[in-house]
Amino acid sequence: MTAYNTHILVCGGTGCKASESELIKLNFKNQLAELGLDDDVQVIHTGCFGFCEKGPIVKIQPDNTFYVTVRPEDTKEIIEEHLIKGRKVERLLYKNPKTQEQVTESKNMDFYKKQVRVALRNCGFINPENIEEYIGNDGYSALGKCLEEYSPEETIQVIKDSGLRGRGGGGFPTGLKWEITRKVQADQKYVVCNADEGDPGAFMDRSILEGDPHSVIEAMAICGYCIGASKGLVYIRAEYPLAIQRLKTALAQAREYGLLGENVLGSGFGFEIEIRYGAGAFVCGEETALIHSMEGKRGEPTFKPPFPSESGYMGKPTNVNNVETFANIPPIINKGAAWFSSIGTEKSKGTKVFALAGKINNVGLIEVPMGTTLREVIYDIGGGIKDGKKFKAVQTGGPSGGCLTTAFLDTPIDYDNLLAAGSMMGSGGMIVMDEDDCMVSIAKFYLEFTLDESCGKCTPCRIGNKRLHEILVKITEGKGTREDIDKLRMLSQVIKDTSLCGLGQTSPNPVLSTLDNFLHEYEAHVDSKKCPAGQCKALMQYVIDDEKCTGCTLCFRNCPVGAISGEKRSPHYIDQTLCIKCGVCFEKCKFDAIKIV
Amino acid sequence: MEMINLTIDNKPIVVKKGTTILDAASSIGIDIPTLCHMKLHDMNIENKPGGCRVCVVEVKGRRNLAPACCTEATEGMEINSHSLRAVNARRTVVELILSDHPADCLVCAKSGNCDLQDLAQHLGIREIHYQGSQSHYREDTSPAIIREMDKCILCRRCEMMCNEVQTVGVLSTINRGFHSVVSPAFEMNLDHSTCTYCGQCVAVCPTGALTEVDHTGAVIRALSDPTKTVVVQTAPAVRAALGEEFGMEPGTLVTGKMAAALRRLGFDYVFDTDFAADLTIMEEGTELLGRLNKYLAGDKQVKLPILTSCCPAWVKFFEHQFPELKDIPSTARSPQQMFGAIAKTYFADKMNIKRDDLVVVSIMPCVAKKYESGRDEFAVNGNPDVDYALTTRELAHLINLGNIDFKSLPNEEFDNPLGESTGAGVIFGTTGGVIEAAVRTAYEVQTGKALKRLDFEELRGMEGLRKATIDFDGTLIHIGIAHGLGNARKLLEEIKAGHSEFHAIEIMSCPGGCIGGGGQPYHHGDVEILKKRQRAIYAEDKNKVLRKSHENPYILKLYEEFLGEPLSEKAHHLLHTQYFDRS
Repeated sequence: MTAYNTHILVCGGTGCKASESELIKLNFKNQLAELGLDDDVQVIHTGCFGFCEKGPIVKIQPDNTFYVTVRPEDTKEIIEEHLIKGRKVERLLYKNPKTQEQVTESKNMDFYKKQVRVALRNCGFINPENIEEYIGNDGYSALGKCLEEYSPEETIQVIKDSGLRGRGGGGFPTGLKWEITRKVQADQKYVVCNADEGDPGAFMDRSILEGDPHSVIEAMAICGYCIGASKGLVYIRAEYPLAIQRLKTALAQAREYGLLGENVLGSGFGFEIEIRYGAGAFVCGEETALIHSMEGKRGEPTFKPPFPSESGYMGKPTNVNNVETFANIPPIINKGAAWFSSIGTEKSKGTKVFALAGKINNVGLIEVPMGTTLREVIYDIGGGIKDGKKFKAVQTGGPSGGCLTTAFLDTPIDYDNLLAAGSMMGSGGMIVMDEDDCMVSIAKFYLEFTLDESCGKCTPCRIGNKRLHEILVKITEGKGTREDIDKLRMLSQVIKDTSLCGLGQTSPNPVLSTLDNFLHEYEAHVDSKKCPAGQCKALMQYVIDDEKCTGCTLCFRNCPVGAISGEKRSPHYIDQTLCIKCGVCFEKCKFDAIKIV
Repeated sequence: MEMINLTIDNKPIVVKKGTTILDAASSIGIDIPTLCHMKLHDMNIENKPGGCRVCVVEVKGRRNLAPACCTEATEGMEINSHSLRAVNARRTVVELILSDHPADCLVCAKSGNCDLQDLAQHLGIREIHYQGSQSHYREDTSPAIIREMDKCILCRRCEMMCNEVQTVGVLSTINRGFHSVVSPAFEMNLDHSTCTYCGQCVAVCPTGALTEVDHTGAVIRALSDPTKTVVVQTAPAVRAALGEEFGMEPGTLVTGKMAAALRRLGFDYVFDTDFAADLTIMEEGTELLGRLNKYLAGDKQVKLPILTSCCPAWVKFFEHQFPELKDIPSTARSPQQMFGAIAKTYFADKMNIKRDDLVVVSIMPCVAKKYESGRDEFAVNGNPDVDYALTTRELAHLINLGNIDFKSLPNEEFDNPLGESTGAGVIFGTTGGVIEAAVRTAYEVQTGKALKRLDFEELRGMEGLRKATIDFDGTLIHIGIAHGLGNARKLLEEIKAGHSEFHAIEIMSCPGGCIGGGGQPYHHGDVEILKKRQRAIYAEDKNKVLRKSHENPYILKLYEEFLGEPLSEKAHHLLHTQYFDRS
């Protein structure tokens, strides 16, 4: 391995790659080569740094300078100023929005201060395509430790003691799952990694696979050792090409290094991993549906029991864990159960990765200790609501979760608290809404997603959700009645009560939680035919305030349908029968003369 | 055996571990309504997707409601099958199903026989609270089966029959969510698929989504046409089931009433497919002995085992799935087609009726017979040997249209010469019957000795795969029997692999044989009905004076006057066929 003095870490996550981080890396390489510095400075793509809002991110080591929103044309300046002259490029440093101070290192940024990175420990630090960097950061030492020092039972005990619970959403104790699968007698068992991340806006698992694929491979091998399986399968959605490519590279390297194969680390334990592609069906994140999909069958769930631990892939005992769950395993083995269980709350140990999205300043990927409050996540890490607007709600748990209001901002986040609050942990999607969001529309949006993703097997999910959606459409169109609100609640309850799998059992959650927390918005839609957030087009009108209108004609000239008329320098008028409510006039008016009523 | 204690609706009960809540409840007289669930006991056929959610019950301590059909009883369970919560959920689920259903019950082919209609009535649904958009699909009409997927409730019974029982693999659920529909691949039409038209999907469909093509109108027109002579033949299994359509106990033989009804409907001659079954035995039995004797004489080229070929769905199955084996089945046409060929030659000549003026109608327990009668090779200059094949159910409709009080009809006889049959012809209607009939004749022809016993119990039964060895006076003949195409597939795979132990194999596509055919009165999942029909078939056989096909005097006369001898050139031309590679 060549020893470099300086490392340039360019974020290679999907978000930054979409903002030309590939070109940034290439520019660095070419320009360094021109200057003859390529022996001294190494340029690598890492996994996601998490601070996607400010991507593309470039980090210079060893001084840990953290450059944000770097453009491909900035590389020259960074090389000349920072690397050669030793002066930081100030305009590319992160500026604390509150103090306007420049922050050079990530550890001093509010976004990172409260984060504790266990699952994401290597993301943004190592080159995910180089196994040696993983090994250099304690990689595969946990596997070695298990194979040499621990029996499978002892390893399972460590996992059980750690209190790790499934990070895919269910929160089932991981050690217990392994133990159950271990106890089933069979000639063949399987370890399955569920990488079918499907929540809208969620990219936790993708980032781990892109940024640290070896941690998942290592953990799967440990799991195989514990449950007595020689085969592992990663079920990953085909629309994660980068994660797939990095996983493939990592698998090849692991095989080359004897970390996979017939005789792992000379221990006599054999383990091999194959990749299976999913076609992007949300329901295939449900473990029985996932297994059927891997078997080449229609991806739809079947009744449990039998649980996969008894009869899973090809009818054999199968342990299914989520990517993030696996990523937690090596540190638990390395640092011990006590270390892990010292983080978090009484019943939820360790950390949780969240994908922060929505109307929040710092959109990105974060990992916080269980027990962190929603307020800390949204205001401290997330930097508060965009454009100084008012926080309205946060949706956790993706389409299966619920919308939580300000009343829950100080609730410590863990499995049980979120459930008690009427939402759920889910796999870690967290979407923040502000005062401009109509909660009826939000419920409708999530239901649209469920509707698209339902497998159609059971009646309540197939038809019930359709009916829920139709009622919501009716309400947002101003045609709803009080009876419809009652129907929403009653039907939601039946869908939860009777659906076959987790998808249907949780699909009405967005409806129920918005009914619980924002009933007045529903009532406004139904009773006074108004959308308080001004989002429901059928319930709003753009009107011109005669007092404020100067007759500048800007609105008249921009209206795409000719709905605005009026003489120059006198108040204009919008013909409501022609208006398509596109909002162009509202945006264009410089005199604040256009109002939504 | 581990036993489980639980209470259902406050009644304590002890059941074997593994018992579902549904079965546990039913054992103490609690009938939890179901819709998608269907279990044919003793046949290893069960549809239990847990999809309709009608059978949900409340289990104390459980977060959500439990589907009774697929939830196993566990120790200490306290179940309430009719709590407010369970009943409300059940009714809501049914209302949801109805909200995506055309509800054209008054004009639906399945009205009165529809599980969904019954359920809605049972639960007292008087209003559908959740109305909304409905699914619409193109109607798919094939030669035998009509698919009206607007009426489908996705119970998946048809899918289970098509894939697991028949291993035909044509029907499966495609698309997702509200757009899910059971369909051939790429939503193609059935007649572009490898569908065998066995009709088992129709037999189990709880609604009117899958029905047979209705030919009753065409038959009525023929009967009303004074220029036509209309003859009818009735398959053996029909007489053991038709009574059910008129409220008679399953297993009631209605042979005489059926003949009377047909005569009253205006058929000019009421004949019997059983006659043609006897004829089939003459041809197929001779073919079997021919091949067998060659084999016994040391000819290793001869194709054995010989497979029966009476069942049109089975024929289409191997044409699609095992075309390489197409020279193994007997070349004998099915009794329906033999009848048609003889009716439109021998009988027409005898009666001096022009072929075009003779209409042959068959009454079949089967929907595939509609397809078979339309096969090109069974027509002369475009005039089919069999003009219309009606199902047992369609005959019942005809009888109703004829204002006939079926139950009070006297017993009448079939007409001659194509109405006389032996017991061997009758047992064609059940699994094991064709081969038993063949054995009765083949034994006597081969050994020259009279059989001491005619009831070959070893060939009878309901197991999907059976085998027996019959001693032909020192020569042991190994016989295999399969009903259900999945079972047939197993035997075919053995033949393909070259290690079949059999000399002769009988195959029927439908579970139970023709008594369980896709055109029979709906059994609604009650396998006892099939067993009663089977017993009726054997009873009819037992009551016959003549029980061996080669003793049927009209068959002998047919050979004497017309065909010459079995496998003669004329017989080949009229009574045998060829198979095609449809893979």
